[in-house]
Amino acid sequence: MTTVESILSRYREPLENFPLELAADWKKRHADKKLVGCYPVYHPVDLIHAAGMVPVGVIGGGNRLEIAHADSRFQSFVCSIVKSTLELGLTGRLDFLDGIVFHSICDPARNLGSVFKRNFPKLMVDYIHFPQNMTSPYTIDYLASEYLRLKTSYEALTGRPIKDDDLRRSIALFNEQRRLLRELYAIRAEQPENLSTVESYVLLRIGTLMPPEEHIPILKEALADIRARKEKPKDRIKVVLEGSFCEQPPLELIESLEAAGCYILDDDFLLGWRWFLEDIATDGDPLRNLANGYLRQSVYSGVKHDTREPKAKHLIDKVRETGAAAALILSAKFCEPALFDYALYKRALEKEGIPHLFLEFEEKMWIFDKARTEIETFVESMLFD
Amino acid sequence: MAQTADTAKTSYQGQMHLLQKEIMGRYFERVTRAAEQGDGKAVFMLISGNPVELVHAFDMIPVYPEIDALQLAVKKAALPFIQKAEELGYSMDNCAYVKADVGLFLGGRKTPFATIPLPSLILCNYVGCNVYLQWFEHLAEYCDGKIYNLDIPFMRDPSGKPSPEDIAYVVHQLEEVIAICEELTGKKLDWDKLKRIVALSGETGELWAKIKSLTKHIPSPFDNYFDSVTMMAPLYCLRGTEDGLKFFQTALREMEEKVQMGSGPLPEERFRFVIEGPPPWPYLRTFRDLFAKWGAVAVASTYSTVGGLWEFGFKHDPNRPLESIAEHMLQWNVTNRNFLQRYEQIRRYIQEWSADALVIHSVKSCRLFSAGQGDMREYFTKELGIPTLLIESDLEDPRYFSEAQIKNRIDAFFESLEHRKLTHKTQAAGATL
Repeated sequence: MTTVESILSRYREPLENFPLELAADWKKRHADKKLVGCYPVYHPVDLIHAAGMVPVGVIGGGNRLEIAHADSRFQSFVCSIVKSTLELGLTGRLDFLDGIVFHSICDPARNLGSVFKRNFPKLMVDYIHFPQNMTSPYTIDYLASEYLRLKTSYEALTGRPIKDDDLRRSIALFNEQRRLLRELYAIRAEQPENLSTVESYVLLRIGTLMPPEEHIPILKEALADIRARKEKPKDRIKVVLEGSFCEQPPLELIESLEAAGCYILDDDFLLGWRWFLEDIATDGDPLRNLANGYLRQSVYSGVKHDTREPKAKHLIDKVRETGAAAALILSAKFCEPALFDYALYKRALEKEGIPHLFLEFEEKMWIFDKARTEIETFVESMLFD
Repeated sequence: MAQTADTAKTSYQGQMHLLQKEIMGRYFERVTRAAEQGDGKAVFMLISGNPVELVHAFDMIPVYPEIDALQLAVKKAALPFIQKAEELGYSMDNCAYVKADVGLFLGGRKTPFATIPLPSLILCNYVGCNVYLQWFEHLAEYCDGKIYNLDIPFMRDPSGKPSPEDIAYVVHQLEEVIAICEELTGKKLDWDKLKRIVALSGETGELWAKIKSLTKHIPSPFDNYFDSVTMMAPLYCLRGTEDGLKFFQTALREMEEKVQMGSGPLPEERFRFVIEGPPPWPYLRTFRDLFAKWGAVAVASTYSTVGGLWEFGFKHDPNRPLESIAEHMLQWNVTNRNFLQRYEQIRRYIQEWSADALVIHSVKSCRLFSAGQGDMREYFTKELGIPTLLIESDLEDPRYFSEAQIKNRIDAFFESLEHRKLTHKTQAAGATL
């Protein structure tokens, strides 16, 4: 049986070395397949799959990538992931992709889409405007029309039409993958001693770099292994982590947070790849089902503005539901959505009497002493309070 | 030789400036009356592609937190508000417009120019800027105002145009805004009134476009950045009103007179440049003088098109009021256009307004404008061979303006531009010999 340990020893090193290595290698073995890069946060990957292509999470360059060209295009006050993504492109490390899609998550990411279009004329570059009006009954029509436009782009890229049944089958497949990921997260929330955050992170991240047909069996074996674990809980404080929905912290940082004495019961890493709270319907109009899923069945996100509830409600609920003792706000440096959210989180957490720690990170960071000291101090203050 | 800043300062004060003072004074009095006496209902909105026509149709008062924030910056009163917001948890790296406004909103809402009312409706016209969504979401949590996100799909199609579905989506939302305003005011929308307002907006936009095309003349009759940005307040607060129309009629007449007299904003126009990016409001005069001393006049600017881009043929159509407002919000403003459309807008300005150079003012607060301007510089210098200067500061936070550094960069740039001009002249003279 494949164990979680063996999966980690197989995949962790390439993920840390160059996050896209797995996908680039996969392409070498499947030269006839087309790959489409998905910039964070969420992308309807089901559509790419239904077109016979493979969605690939282009989620930064990690901390071993030297930024030598992109920093002359994007200023010092722009977040790391925007620059690392452009650097990957300018140094030919995205050449294995046939297309890349950006989304209306923030202003720099949107401008990056245009910069890609100009600098890589051979690459198919598209952009989704996700709706921000979550209350109008007409929003679903708009989003379905946006998905239809995108579908047409994918059809042009492959030269063959996407049939509704193809899309229904892809949705069913991703439903299964997302169900398994929800189970993974449920285990972390309930028995964090049996599954570390680094383990669940790697299990999730590799799914952004291979077809779901290959990821699902790995997840199933891993889950079987995890379910058999009977670890003894350690004396740690339980926290939920929020703020890392786009740029990703280095694995060593996540590890440091845990080693400093935290059980991270929930987080928002790679949020777009486990976007739905429940299965997307597979009968009826599949584009409309995906649109409905986005508007009515998706997780909370700092880049999806729902005026129907206060900003911090989901976070407070998460702390209460998981029984966490504190919240850890881990925001990427210069990430305007996460930094704005923090002001409202802080206010709400203080009002509710929930302790919290705010930390900033950059994907390119490689010294973790400061973060580790801060979290250790925080944990100690909680344990001996 | 460069003139000293003092001798180059402009002192033009025509009718239009007096008129502007009068009508904007009346506007801010109305805003203050709403705040202090509850006289009228305030609708908070954002500048980019604003649908002010709808607000006027209900006799509600448009209030733009961006205008409040920039007025605070111009009056050098922003920093304490920014710091108040930072104490509350806002980051050094967050947009300082938002921070100044949040500080003001939670700190009594009193400014040197008006008292800001609480909003009856927080109408988040999400036109390009993602920070808008955060900004109004935060204000909505700090008060009991009703919030509506008016979602405007970004221009992403290679045609640069909105799709019929985009337009239908926006029109449906405008109808929902109308229903909300009807409920808030207890009045049904008077469609004839809305059409009259949209017609006034059309005329105003056309006058504005004419004014802005006058800077194609050599010398340029006014500075299409420093002077244009001061005309933006009536354009956004009073577009669709008789006051607003009268202002732009007066402005056009005076600017045409200046063209006929061959006079410009400076004693001598020696360089014509296009400028991209918002101005450094806390140091507007200082910044202006740094260009003025070189005889450099901005003949076109992208920032003056955030609220609307009328100079390439758009005009509000009273016979299709909602569609027309939707088209304005979607397509006819710089903020909802993609970055490459902005490159194209600048390229046209350089060509059609006969500019010598491009100046990019990169501001930290507004990443909508600034993120990627290094690539823009690359395009204009490497692909088009246009001399381009990139300088950095901020639109609101005075802590990011380093006068000595900016001065050095501007001086070096115009010195080399002067040298280039001389060399070209000599070469041209040589060629005719």
